[in-house]
Amino acid sequence: MATKAYQRTYTKLQAITKATVSLDARGVSNEELASVNGKLAQVVKTNGDRVTLQVFSGTEGVPTNAEVSFFGAPPTLKVSDQLSGRFFNAYGHPIDGGPEVEGELREAGGPSVNPYKRRQPSELIPTGIAGIDLNNTLVSGQKIPFFADPDQPYNQVMADVALRADVDKIILGGMGLSNDDYLFFRHAFENAGALNRIVSFVNTTEEPPVERLLIPDMALTAAEYFAVDKNEKVLVLLTDMTLYADALSIVSNRMDQIPSKDSMPGSLYSDLAKIYEKAVQLPAGGSITIIAVTTLNDGDITHAIPDNTGYITEGQIFLRADSDSGKVIVDPFRSLSRLKQLVQGKKTREDHSQVMNAGVRLYADAQNAKTKLQNGFDLSDYDLRCLDYAKDYATELLSIDVNISVTEMLDTAWKLFAKYFSPAETGIKQNLVDKYWPR
Amino acid sequence: MATKGKVTGIVSNLVTVQADGPVGENELCYINLGGVQLLAEVIKVTGDKASVQVFESTRGLKNGDEVTFLDRMLEASLGPGLLAGVYDGLQNDLTTMEDVFLKRGEYTDPLDHEKTWSFKPLAAAGDKVRAADWLGEVQEGWLPHKIMVPFSFAGNYTVKSIAAPGEYNIDKVIATLLDEDGAEHDVTMVQKWPVKLAVKAYAEKPRPSKIMETGVRIIDSFNPIAEGGTGFIPGPFGCGKTVLQHAIAKQGEADIVVMAACGERANEVVEIFTEYPELVDPHTGRKLMERTVIICNTSNMPVAAREASVYTAMTICEYYRAMGYRCLLLADSTSRWAQALREMSNRMEELPGQDAFPVDLSSIISNFYSRAGQVVLHNGHTGAVTFIGTVSPAGGNLKEPVTESTKKAARCFYALEQARADQKRYPAVNPVESYSKYLEYPEIQEALENTVERGWIANVLKAKNYVRRGKEMADQINILGDDGVPMSYHEAYWKSELIDFAFLQQDAFDPIDSVCPMERQKYMLDLILGICDKTYNFEDYEQCRAWFKELINILRQMNYSEFGSADFEKYSNSLTQKLSENGD
Repeated sequence: MATKAYQRTYTKLQAITKATVSLDARGVSNEELASVNGKLAQVVKTNGDRVTLQVFSGTEGVPTNAEVSFFGAPPTLKVSDQLSGRFFNAYGHPIDGGPEVEGELREAGGPSVNPYKRRQPSELIPTGIAGIDLNNTLVSGQKIPFFADPDQPYNQVMADVALRADVDKIILGGMGLSNDDYLFFRHAFENAGALNRIVSFVNTTEEPPVERLLIPDMALTAAEYFAVDKNEKVLVLLTDMTLYADALSIVSNRMDQIPSKDSMPGSLYSDLAKIYEKAVQLPAGGSITIIAVTTLNDGDITHAIPDNTGYITEGQIFLRADSDSGKVIVDPFRSLSRLKQLVQGKKTREDHSQVMNAGVRLYADAQNAKTKLQNGFDLSDYDLRCLDYAKDYATELLSIDVNISVTEMLDTAWKLFAKYFSPAETGIKQNLVDKYWPR
Repeated sequence: MATKGKVTGIVSNLVTVQADGPVGENELCYINLGGVQLLAEVIKVTGDKASVQVFESTRGLKNGDEVTFLDRMLEASLGPGLLAGVYDGLQNDLTTMEDVFLKRGEYTDPLDHEKTWSFKPLAAAGDKVRAADWLGEVQEGWLPHKIMVPFSFAGNYTVKSIAAPGEYNIDKVIATLLDEDGAEHDVTMVQKWPVKLAVKAYAEKPRPSKIMETGVRIIDSFNPIAEGGTGFIPGPFGCGKTVLQHAIAKQGEADIVVMAACGERANEVVEIFTEYPELVDPHTGRKLMERTVIICNTSNMPVAAREASVYTAMTICEYYRAMGYRCLLLADSTSRWAQALREMSNRMEELPGQDAFPVDLSSIISNFYSRAGQVVLHNGHTGAVTFIGTVSPAGGNLKEPVTESTKKAARCFYALEQARADQKRYPAVNPVESYSKYLEYPEIQEALENTVERGWIANVLKAKNYVRRGKEMADQINILGDDGVPMSYHEAYWKSELIDFAFLQQDAFDPIDSVCPMERQKYMLDLILGICDKTYNFEDYEQCRAWFKELINILRQMNYSEFGSADFEKYSNSLTQKLSENGD
């Protein structure tokens, strides 16, 4: 953020907490940016002349006589084609050694799209991963997170998905990314030769947590530039939204707000929705698709962060380690793509939704059989067939290392059904069985 | 002289205003932000300071900015032209906004003032009338739209004059009324009503006496909702809440459906106005959009307007109810509205109740649900507002304030269950936990016995009992093992699975299975109970399982076939064949 000529400067702080400072100042507008001894801050509350500022990089070392100057404007980003291929920090400054970007100044975190102007998402985003394409098909304009424990390879899967997806721009918003993961993304993009269609905004673990709050707005401002102004298909990757929510709770805590569930601020739902709802299919053809990561604590989706996320996003992709196949799989029970029916059977083969449902239902029967086995009961012939089926199904379809077309996924599923079951046991519509059952 | 004020404090969308005159609770005001007028509502007054919630983003607002109070509460504009409308929570017409992005301070009129309507008087000079009495009628698409004495007119009036039949726009004075003191009052085709107040201009509100068909078997047969009744659908995310609600919206037997998308996903609203203009109402053959009004305050739109959105939607329903129509209001989700109340209560630093929700949450919810109901109008016609709300319990835990408060207010409970959704048993309504109080109403029982069949209630209860028993058996089998229980346990378990798979589960995306008329529900339930009422001889549980699975498969194929078609008969015959292979 460049400094401006007409700055008002103050030098007396009335209160300091770890994330906020308060002072008496006049003519301050809500959400405008300020600098506190050179640290970027934003107005979050005014009460009479008392102004409270959220200091993004934390208040360590800020004295009561710190110099505070107001910029008169909310956070902004300069947008132009020069963004492509570049890496920025949370404030939109280059971290790749390149020059500052020249372009039009846009307000970050701007207004919402009129819902009536939206179009219904209808384009398939193929990823090659059957756990996604077959069971939880992604659609452009969708917003969907990966729910994963911290030890799972979610960043790798996300990078695979991004690079395989047929999109014009990929925008990475990294929050609390470890330096290793940051370099991983950088190398993955470079190796794929895709750098020129990628823009990255990165806050690493080495940087202050409150800075992360700026990342989604920056990434989405850039995304809106490409999707709205340039009519491009944009894919936004946000990782890790759990760390973003943690930063929200730090700020609200410092502002003495009454926490709701899991010490999260009461506005968590609205705060997250403001980000995710930027996903859109625009009337002129551009789109923003958001794929995010929400890390879980030991698979617990009832925690406020995944719980609120699940109510906002159009489904979730749930990763877990599978002991049958020894692989990381896309959990077919907990994963869901709410927009899948917009493309299944329309942009894919007619048998898609029935095959998907039958496959998952039989996999559920296998889980019941497994429970019986663990409880020491004898298994029926059907149970045994289910167990064998489950192993093949996990290895050939659910595993994240699968990379085949949707038609191949459907053929594989039919092959497995025929190998272990009778048509009646699958419960699939007769006309589809007649057409696709392998003979 | 309007009261003026100045902004003295800002926390997010809660703004403190120093006022120079009288200010009312829930009064509206405009805050001037550099020429843009932001609408706000007074929610608390202390001395000469008013706390107002702003229905827009407050970014850029400054202390000292000018405030003008409007001396009115938030009102809905009611008149012909609401049908097929798409409005935001404050009833701004979203279809007439030009920009792709919503602009702050852009307010559009909900009704078209240019369009003319063909007016026909229903009252005559000299008639004695009161609030909500019908003065005339215009044709709003397929619907005869009554022009009424405004709800706000208290007492008795005499019609002094009424417009002749003709083409008028909504601002035309169509009648002049004399009040008891002889003062004249002009009536146009538009009236305004404060959304937070219930419209009570009717003769009486009797108990509901008839069910509202939805085409969803687990609702209509197992837990029917009454016309003018209330129900709610709580469930964790991913359990099919929205799909179920959309099924009810598409198939519900109502004249008018108002959908309030309150703090939910924008793409769900897009689905409605993309698909409804094409989809056909199964009861009338008209396009669904022609009976639908959408109020949307999606999750990224201003939080304060969420509350307004459900009240605006309810007011529109009450308006059409006063014309003698059956309205269905669907609100998705009332939890988001409760969360909006929580955010505000928190910013006002009120002492919190459970889970930081405001302490009066329960009374706010029950007050709202009580606005539904069947009414008898002064002219003897009846109308109804049926209300179904969804609840999004945090963590899927039903022991949370919004679910608990709603359970006290709503008469039907459709508990969506994670375990059922995981097994893809849709709709994932738990058949044992869910209930409809209306099944216990003698009026409803009688109506069902007359319209469906004699003994219907007994059959439904019997089917429910098979399901409950099957669940108990499943628990036993899980504990003791397949071999550890008698054959009768397996048989009971599979009978419940038969009812579950062939009757309770329904494919919302299949063109035929998604809508199941009552006649077909009766046919299928009778058929299935006929199977369950017999006892069978099985050599082992494997045979039992395989046999029932085959029956399930045949019955599901029947569900996918057109009722009474050749395919349907073919499967029906193979079912008879199968049944003859085993039996007592």
